[in-house]
Amino acid sequence: MKTLLIGEYREGKLLESTYELLGFASQLGGETAMFLVGNSAELPACSCKLYLADVVASGEYNPDLHKQLILQAIAEEKPDYIVLNHSSYGWDLAPRLAAQLKASQISEIIAIVDGGFETGCLNAKMRRTVSPKTARAVLTIQAGAFPVLQPGGTPQVVQLVATAAGSMEFVGYEPAEAKDVDLAKAEIIVTAGRGVGKKDNVAVIQALAKALGGELGASRPVVDAGWVEHSHQVGTTGQTVSPKLYIACGVSGAIQHLAGMKKSDFIVAINKDKDAPIGEIADVLVVADVMQFVPALTAKLAK
Amino acid sequence: MKILVCIKQVPDLESRFKANKAGNWFDETDLAFRMNEYDEYAVEQGVRVREQFGESCELTVLSIGPDRVGEAIKKALAMGCDNAVHIKDSAAADKDPWQIASIIAAHAKNTNYDLIFTGMQSQDRGSAQVGVLLAELLGFSCVTTIIGFDYKDDIITVKRELEGGIKGVVKLKTPALVTCQLGLNTPRYPTLPNIMKAKKKEILSIPAEELLSEEALTATASFHPPAKKGGGIVLEGETGDLVEKVIALLKEKTAVLR
Ligand SMILES: Cc1cc2nc3c(=O)[nH]c(=O)nc-3n(C[C@H](O)[C@H](O)[C@H](O)COP(=O)(O)OP(=O)(O)OC[C@H]3O[C@@H](n4cnc5c(N)ncnc54)[C@H](O)[C@@H]3O)c2cc1C
Ligand SMILES: Nc1ncnc2c1ncn2[C@@H]1O[C@H](COP(=O)(O)O)[C@@H](O)[C@H]1O
Repeated sequence: MKTLLIGEYREGKLLESTYELLGFASQLGGETAMFLVGNSAELPACSCKLYLADVVASGEYNPDLHKQLILQAIAEEKPDYIVLNHSSYGWDLAPRLAAQLKASQISEIIAIVDGGFETGCLNAKMRRTVSPKTARAVLTIQAGAFPVLQPGGTPQVVQLVATAAGSMEFVGYEPAEAKDVDLAKAEIIVTAGRGVGKKDNVAVIQALAKALGGELGASRPVVDAGWVEHSHQVGTTGQTVSPKLYIACGVSGAIQHLAGMKKSDFIVAINKDKDAPIGEIADVLVVADVMQFVPALTAKLAK
Repeated sequence: MKILVCIKQVPDLESRFKANKAGNWFDETDLAFRMNEYDEYAVEQGVRVREQFGESCELTVLSIGPDRVGEAIKKALAMGCDNAVHIKDSAAADKDPWQIASIIAAHAKNTNYDLIFTGMQSQDRGSAQVGVLLAELLGFSCVTTIIGFDYKDDIITVKRELEGGIKGVVKLKTPALVTCQLGLNTPRYPTLPNIMKAKKKEILSIPAEELLSEEALTATASFHPPAKKGGGIVLEGETGDLVEKVIALLKEKTAVLR
């Protein structure tokens, strides 16, 4: 069995997540090669074969061109599996490859199991076991689901040359919004999720944060709705935090939120849904209405 | 200009799910359905472009699914889509993303859309595939996960959202497909007059069999809850008791409460 891993490179750097692909590949077994649009001065620490295209000529975001380059590598390597991270780079590119190869694609794999690959569904409440029906398949793996594996060594480079241009123009990056709170330093974070119901209720969550001497956190919909500023957002597209105590109020526990807070020392979740996926990582799940429980807790702490 | 928005109807995620008889997806009994959240942003963006270009523009909403998806279609019409295509398929849930994209492509090939909006992913299946597959099948330019959209002088400028909140700015031309991320805009609520108006809008109904010529590329062997990791304490009961218990636990297990 042969696997081709699609590494990631952004803003002039090889991304750490590339080594999660190697972690996945070692669980899968067989022979591993890698593809990267990157820089020969910064190669992944691995002694595998590396199909390398130069980032200056190919661009960091030029999916039409990257697709063509990967198809070249596939034609040479003839892999059974093509594996990408389920990231803004990977989920953008994977279906383009799958369509061109007419191959099965399985998205956001969390484990390799008997009979196929395990994936989450219904906002992580349930799981599916899925398998490809085609001889060749495109896979994306969930961030953090597989161990980082850095085998060391120097890859044997096969240089690929970009020929076609792309149909789109990548203008550049815009930085994330400036942070006025550094949640990463907070020892206690109390987070408002959509379950708080409305903007006015955020004050209740804020009051608990204050009573505990902590900071206010927020899930993404709460930020998107303008209830709380983006600088408070926890998760993949917000901040990553690991406080001593994290209290999640009305947060369902989507993977993109968990990715930002699951390393917290102690997690308390307040949710009216006993099956909410936040319960999977919470040390304590309080099954209650946020607007009843939180003010009562704050009042008791104030005494 | 012709614009298409693809929407999926998904179950309310606060429901309890159990497996269907085949054991490969959920049992629909007693579940409430609504429009996929990501697709609401897609509809809203479509309506905004329609407003920008006025009568020279036609905005169609499309959904594949059983009769119940008619509700989601009506909502999109009430938000401002001009007309709808309902591709009737009582077995849509058994189809993989490749088949769903192929069905939409078979319809779109004859219609010459200039611009297509889809959600970044469906909340139930979450494959994040259908939009991009469709773009590939039609040969459209495609950008995923957009949180900003602007269309001026024949050039579309989008912002893609990347990890950590960084954005990538991309320019592209029609024909194009973009997949919409949470927070792209604030979807409007349909007003009563618009709900009434929507009742008169045309809904073209096409049986899926007429458009489907592809086999599934992926098989689902099982549908099940996650294995409980255990360890976590679940507290239920009267508020006063819950507060006492939580405070006791915080004192015992953390150093943050004195
Ligand atoms: C690429 C990408 C990046 C993302 N990045 C992030 C990110 O950085 N951060 C982030 O948070 N999300 C992110 N998301 C969104 C994520 O997928 C979820 O949509 C989001 O985390 C859900 O937020 P929530 O839990 O507040 O809302 P919901 O999922 O709507 O959950 C609300 C919860 O509140 C409970 N509830 C409702 N009413 C009450 C009540 N009265 N009392 C108690 N409980 C109640 C419900 O049972 C439910 O569990 C991202 C998504 C994508 C696709
Ligand atoms: N049954 C369907 N009918 C219409 N559009 C769909 C359907 N399924 C998926 N889509 C579209 O494709 C997007 C991505 O879905 P998915 O690949 O399932 O994550 C959704 O947000 C919708 O815009």
